[in-house]
Parts: sequence; structure tokens; C-alpha cells
Amino acid sequence: MGKPSPDAAELQAQGLECIRGDRLLFCDLSFDLAAGELLAVEGANGAGKTSLLRILAGLSLPSEGSVVWRGHAIARRRAEYCAEMIYLGHQGGLKMDLSPLENLRLWLTLAGLEANDDAITHALATVGLDGYQDAPTRILSAGQRQRTALSRLLLSAAPLWILDEPFTALDTRGLTLVRQLLDRHADRGGLAVLTSHQPIEVSGPLRSLVLA
Amino acid sequence: MDSLVAAFLALLRRDLMLAFRHRGELANPLIFFLMIVTLYPLGVSPDVNLLRQIAPGVIWIAALLAALFSLENLFRTDFDDGSLEQLLLSPQPLPILVIAKVLAHWLVSGLPMVLLAPLLGLLLSMPATAVKVLVASLAIGTPLLSLIGAVGVALTVGLRRGGLLLTLLILPLYIPVLIFATSAVSAAAAGLPVAGQLYLLAALLALGVTLAPFAVAAALRISLS
Repeated sequence: MGKPSPDAAELQAQGLECIRGDRLLFCDLSFDLAAGELLAVEGANGAGKTSLLRILAGLSLPSEGSVVWRGHAIARRRAEYCAEMIYLGHQGGLKMDLSPLENLRLWLTLAGLEANDDAITHALATVGLDGYQDAPTRILSAGQRQRTALSRLLLSAAPLWILDEPFTALDTRGLTLVRQLLDRHADRGGLAVLTSHQPIEVSGPLRSLVLA
Repeated sequence: MDSLVAAFLALLRRDLMLAFRHRGELANPLIFFLMIVTLYPLGVSPDVNLLRQIAPGVIWIAALLAALFSLENLFRTDFDDGSLEQLLLSPQPLPILVIAKVLAHWLVSGLPMVLLAPLLGLLLSMPATAVKVLVASLAIGTPLLSLIGAVGVALTVGLRRGGLLLTLLILPLYIPVLIFATSAVSAAAAGLPVAGQLYLLAALLALGVTLAPFAVAAALRISLS
């Protein structure tokens, strides 16, 4: 793990402990993440990667410890934190009966952003879904759905990305696309925490955290 | 504030749109409601005096069961496809978003029952004054059923088989609504004043609108953690 540097750290995990059922997944887990840093969370199935990401996103509460974003515990400033964070879970949060355009429009509005159809169509084209913006999400393939979910990353300027398996179901071009997105995000001083079962190749530095 | 209103309306619109894209499912609770009520004259007795006497209870119990039946889907699909997670991660206050969801649910399941009630009142040969009160009691009572039910659904949404538990949780809470509503309708049929019961129902609704969204929001956070 990198050396702690509280001044530069934007996202801090402080002594996190997670218990699922009777099992202790991890305890006393701490790390700092500064602007422009990417963190890959690694570990076997069931090691608690998703649990950690959900705790970081504020969806679950850790049994011990806290998550601090820009000097404030996220539990205390939920609205501000949510406005600066994108969480992409296992399920994309897409409604199968709505089109990608409608799904993204709602997501943007809920996120407090302006839902601009041109911007959404453009983002969808960038992720390779040109012409699919009005098709029901139901008919899209798993990879296309994942791309739809990923296009959120293009539509929001949130500095923190929390991505659970962003490479799932993507083809090689999709993988390259996500890597480019991550590179660009890091260049702009964004932060990302992600899990993946595939090697993550990014041009910048990639820190890793192994859950045993 | 503007973004909150926009989020509220967008969520309401989406839920209504989804409901109308599943027109078949939309009609299920309503058909259920109709069936229970129409079975009574066949099953109990076609005697007009008896029907008139039991009509308020029959219609209200049917409305209650239909509401229960329709509630299951309030958060289920959102939970399964991950959009509930995204709702919880919205910077907008969750209780307000919950109101949008419950309102959409009431518009597609509760409101049709209110509109259908006069017809059912006639079917069970209720006097016209009682039908009016029946509609009023349903108009005040069914939103309350949706609100109370939402708390139960939010608590059980994380469970695979929450159906029975949901019933056990919320049916007792429905009982006061049932008692006041049916007593209002019976009183109207007997020519007695009904303002008291209706005001009480309205007070319960005011309490429900202000408190239930907070309970639902907290329950959702617990269910998803």
C-alpha cells in the first residue's frame, strides 16, 4: 500500500471491517486514494470485493471504521458525496422495457444533472451503441447493456468512480474503450476504485489492494 | 429545488411509463378486486338486503387484498435490476423519491379501484348516499394502503420469499383503515353522519404522507445494505 498522505488523499478508508453472515470478510482495512489514482481491488470469489465497493459507495455500512471523502465521513454528507460519485454495480440499473436513451435520461435527472438528448446520443455513440438509443434495452446483448451502463461515465463529471467488474461481457474493443476511459479519468485527476477478474492495463499507475 | 422537482417528475413518469408498457400486469389487481366483489352475491346470497348490509365490508376487504396483491411489485423489479441501488445513490432526498414511486403505484392500482367503486356499489345495491361515501373513503384510504404497504415492501424487498411476511407485517396496520372506512360507509347507508370517520381517515392519510416516506427510505437502506 502507498504511504499515507492525508493532505492529498481525497478518498480514505479508515479501519473498515465487514462481516457477512458469520464470516469476517476483512478487518482493519485502510487506504488513501489521491486525485488521479486508480485502485484495483483484487481477491478470490467471495473475498469481499463487492462488499468493499458497496461500503465505499455508501450502500452498506461497515461494521467498523468509516469512509472519508474530502475530509468528511460520507455517512454525514450523503447528498454531496452521491453527487460526486458514480457507482456501477453488478446489475446495471437499467430498465429492460425502456430504451438506453430513456434509462440514461432518468439517471441523469436523478443525479441532478441536465438530461440533454444530444449529449446522451453522443455518449451512446462513443461507447459503440450508435443507432440503439431508442431500442428497448431488453433486446440488447449483455455487452451492449454493459456499454449502456458505462456511458454514464461519459455523461457525468463526477470525480470518483466505483466500478464493480466494469469489463464484464465486453469484447476486446469494449475493453480498450473502458481502459481509455479510465486513462482519461486519471489524467483529469479523477479517482477510480474497481474490481476485475481480467488484468487491468492502464497507461498510468494502478494501485492494487488484495483482499485475502 | 428545481432538480428535485425534475427528479420527482422524471421518476413518476418513468414508473407510469413502465406500468403502461405492461398493460396486462396493470389490470391484474383490478380484475382481482372485481372478482372478489362479484363472487359475493354468487357465493353468499343474492338477497338485496343482505348484500346492502355487507357491501361496505366486501368492497373494502377486496380493495385491501387487491392493494396487498399489487404491492409486491412496488420495489421488486427495481431491486432485481439494480435501479433501486441507483435510486439510493441519487443526491436527491430519498423520501421524496419514495413519494414519487408510491404515487405512481397508487395512480395505477389505487385510483382505478376508486373509479370502479360506484359500479360495484350498484352491483351490491348500495344506496346512492353510501356509494358517495364509499368513493370518498376509498379516495382517502387507498393512498394510505399504498403508503403503509410501501413500508412493508421496503422491509421485505431483500428477501427471496417475502410474500407471506409482507402480509403479516402490513395487514395488522391496514385494520384501522378498514374499520374507519367501512364504518363510514355503513353509517352513510343508515343515514348517520360520516364526517368523523372520514376526518379520521384523512388524519391518518396526513400522518402517512408525512411519516411513511421516511420509514420507507430507512427500510430500503437497511434492505440493500
